Amino acid sequence: MDASARRAPAVLCRSPERHPLSPIPTAALSKRIQPASTPAELLRNFCIIAHIDHGKSTLADRMLQLTGVVDARAARAQYLDRMDIERERGITIKSQAVRMPWEVDGVPYALNMIDTPGHVDFTYEVSRSLAACEGAVLLVDAAQGIEAQTLANLYLALENDLQIIPVLNKIDLPSAQPEKYAEELAKLIGCEPDDCLRVSGKTGDGVLELLDLIVATIPAPVGDPEAPARAIIFDSVYDTYRGVVTYVRVVDGALSPREKIVMMSTRATHELLEIGVISPEPVVTNGLGVGEVGYLITGVKDVRLSRVGDTVTNAHKPATESLGAYRDPRPMVFSGLYPIDGSDYPILRDALDRLKLNDAALVYEPESSVALGFGFRVGFLGLLHLEIVRERLEREFDLDLISTAPNVVYQVSLEDKSVVTVTNPSEFPSGKVGEIREPIVRATILCPAEFIGAVMELCQVRRGDLLGMDYLSEDRVEMRYTLPLAEIVFDFFDNLKSKTRGYGSLDYEPTGEAAADLVKVDILLQGEAVDAFSAIVHKDKAYAYGVMMVGKLRKLIPRQQFDVPIQAAVGARVIARETISAMRKDVLAKCYGGDITRKRKLLEKQKEGKKRMKTIGRVEVPQEAFIAALSSDTEVKDKKK
Amino acid sequence: MSPALPLGDAAPDDGGLPASVAEGAAGRAFGLYLHVPFCTVRCGYCDFNTYTSAELGGGANQASYADTALREIELAARVLEGAGLPERPLATVFVGGGTPTVLPPGDLARMLDGARSAWGLAPGAEVTTEANPDSVTPESLAQLAEAGFTRVSFGMQSARPHVLATLERTHDPRRIPDVVRWARAAGLAVSLDLIYGTPGESPDDWRASLDAVLATGVDHVSAYALVVEQGTKMAVQVRRGDLALPTEEDQAAKYEIADELLSAGGLQWYEVSNWGRTPAQACQHNLAYWRGDDWWGIGPGAHSHIGGDAGGGLRWWNVKHPRAYAERLEAGLSPAAGRETLDLATTRLERVMLGVRLADGLALDLLSTRARREVAGLVADGLLDGRAALGADGHGARVLLTLRGRLLADAVVRALTD
Repeated sequence: MDASARRAPAVLCRSPERHPLSPIPTAALSKRIQPASTPAELLRNFCIIAHIDHGKSTLADRMLQLTGVVDARAARAQYLDRMDIERERGITIKSQAVRMPWEVDGVPYALNMIDTPGHVDFTYEVSRSLAACEGAVLLVDAAQGIEAQTLANLYLALENDLQIIPVLNKIDLPSAQPEKYAEELAKLIGCEPDDCLRVSGKTGDGVLELLDLIVATIPAPVGDPEAPARAIIFDSVYDTYRGVVTYVRVVDGALSPREKIVMMSTRATHELLEIGVISPEPVVTNGLGVGEVGYLITGVKDVRLSRVGDTVTNAHKPATESLGAYRDPRPMVFSGLYPIDGSDYPILRDALDRLKLNDAALVYEPESSVALGFGFRVGFLGLLHLEIVRERLEREFDLDLISTAPNVVYQVSLEDKSVVTVTNPSEFPSGKVGEIREPIVRATILCPAEFIGAVMELCQVRRGDLLGMDYLSEDRVEMRYTLPLAEIVFDFFDNLKSKTRGYGSLDYEPTGEAAADLVKVDILLQGEAVDAFSAIVHKDKAYAYGVMMVGKLRKLIPRQQFDVPIQAAVGARVIARETISAMRKDVLAKCYGGDITRKRKLLEKQKEGKKRMKTIGRVEVPQEAFIAALSSDTEVKDKKK
Repeated sequence: MSPALPLGDAAPDDGGLPASVAEGAAGRAFGLYLHVPFCTVRCGYCDFNTYTSAELGGGANQASYADTALREIELAARVLEGAGLPERPLATVFVGGGTPTVLPPGDLARMLDGARSAWGLAPGAEVTTEANPDSVTPESLAQLAEAGFTRVSFGMQSARPHVLATLERTHDPRRIPDVVRWARAAGLAVSLDLIYGTPGESPDDWRASLDAVLATGVDHVSAYALVVEQGTKMAVQVRRGDLALPTEEDQAAKYEIADELLSAGGLQWYEVSNWGRTPAQACQHNLAYWRGDDWWGIGPGAHSHIGGDAGGGLRWWNVKHPRAYAERLEAGLSPAAGRETLDLATTRLERVMLGVRLADGLALDLLSTRARREVAGLVADGLLDGRAALGADGHGARVLLTLRGRLLADAVVRALTD
């Protein structure tokens, strides 16, 4: 079938007066695929699984253009627009679902393309997006091959019994190696290399075939139109003007405007103020039927009231069983966030309150630190989530922040058998403790075979256990490890990247907890513990941590009028020590021919500098020293003086 | 490049002073500083306001400089009288530079005469000139003594030729005992200036310089740590890596050596960088700076201070370039470039900042309540003398630096000021 030859002219010469929802099928055909009344067999719900820079947006935009949902010029503008936002906000754009009409052999279809949050910390959200689909386009850069996160999402899709369409993108690139990566994909999915479609989102090559293939291979949704409605929430976004916009996929029954709906996990009732589909702008409809994908607006202002994974049902005829157990997002990584300028604390608080509206996984509570002042202990799904939140706080709210070294959640059982949950080293019980349990993850690392040794070494140092290893192709391997989450939250990914010359990729998912021999290392300045530098580390690494931190601080803290001992201690036992010897000379000999004004201005300047210091006991520590000590660089330059 | 002038308020063209500067003036000593902005060569470390050209133009030429300076002396006498200050004979006169002795002794004498006729000299007034060891002769020194100078301060800097070479000093160190002898023969008190911490100076080099000073039997020594100032040739040499910056440790150790050897030689510290055989042989003009007395600075870039402890005093500074300086005076205008009025808080801050450096100490009741609470900690750290802080040595409770405290005097000042 030569689809491109058949359809290309029609696409390029679209007349503007055609129905905005059905530019490809005729008006008659488009009637058959109206939202709320499209038969399930004419629906196709799919997502695109891809790594961040493998060209998903470009391909998606090309599909929007070819299905006539946006015209070529608008597509270009939108594409640029989106690029801008992506450049501005990194990968924070939330998923969405677009309805596209498509015709194959005279039959109209409505395709719902559901975007997935494609990154490691949002496995649960990805799984809910996948649950809304019957098929997935596995999109892989033909010049780079599959990445660990894509692989993880592919496994999730396979677990959800999704029909997979393997696609190699960017075949227009001179560096593309479609043969090589087709083999890799074939091996992973269990198909023939020839089954991998080759496309270029940029030139449009192969995209028409892909649309036809989606219709041909992805099963139509199946559901009971007479049953009480059950719709799964796969995304929930806060909009300043509309409140929370909730994206759903109807499995059974139907949802209608103005009816009352129930969130099955909380039993909360809301009124459907608006219901519709996105194509590519929101279009209000008469409701959503079996298999359909669209959005709901109920007027709630907080995404926590309309959560991803929850099931929506009718209030007047509620379903009894939800579509799978709802799971609260569980923060895995905690870090203290402090404004560098203490007076920014209220801005930080307001900023977190704002972000929370759009991020159901974000948790935080105020904390204060002797060294850093007032801030918040913030819980994140993972490292990437932490980075995104931090970056948004800094960019969107113009804050300068210090974040303390991220730590995981420990369960510490005491002698009386009670268990303390520790999300901050300062909460670590000081007395005798029994068992300490830490979260464990199953990590998947993909890298060229030549780096196997380097990766194994890294994982071994990080207390990893090798579960298995497979060759994806002749020269690429997939290595599976269990690792303590604590070992990867700090600088594991950076290390992996540098040890694999940038080729290694990582994905991980929590798999439970395990007991470990952990201790809390305190850092003492002149005998006083500095809370910001305390860390919970494995017993075997306590010494290394102590030496590293004590050494860093010795270089970062300026000399004082007295000797300053810096110690690392586990309980009362000192494991590392350095001394900043007292300043020897701090006096300007001359008075410059009676220029007392100059001398006094110098003094005033020095005193201003002194005000910006934090005082720990009697030791004056510049703010920069805290920032540098908390940064992940293990080497610091000697302070100037 | 020499240090930039401070930023301040505009100075009036007539140089007039507010009446507030006269407050308590009768009880304050009055001194004169006279700047001579000429040298035959500029030393690599020097950032003072000095010029090696004799022909800067008009009244800024070396030959007419004394006349230009005399104009400012006349203006000063008028302004002080106009502000209602009492008539006070000069307690001290200090001619500095630059190299004052590049001017003929007759010019220095004429300027001193001008000052004498404007205010008179107090009985026993200290009249000092700085001098370069290679720009004096027995005759020129005798002429200076004849003109009324009582004291000469030689820029010796070091006894070691290689150290002098690094400093780009041109004099022969073997000449020092001679110039000291000539000056004493002329009846002049003698001080020697030293610099320590020059790149390449070993502790033994430094000891040798101190020994050479003591061997001359002088009654006064100033020893300054080398400061590599921005904009000097030496700063460029350090930046290029040709010279190593003196370390804090090296300078501290050398200060301790100096204090040890000079004390053993009978010279006691009376200010952080100055030692004298008896209190009377301390440089009274230098003490006036640290005590906050009144002085008028004559010459381009010179600084002045008139005012008491109650606030309302004034500091001002002249335009920097000799040409601009001469032109303003020729036009009948004050050469002041800017000035600042010291409020009470600033006056008190300066009082602590300056007074802490003196061996007489600073009365504890000049400190704020908050600053007084810091004293115990500074005693515990070994920076302040505990007995003096308690007044247990019979001179009243006061802030008195220990040897270690002298090396950390700026840190002490930061702790003791609000």
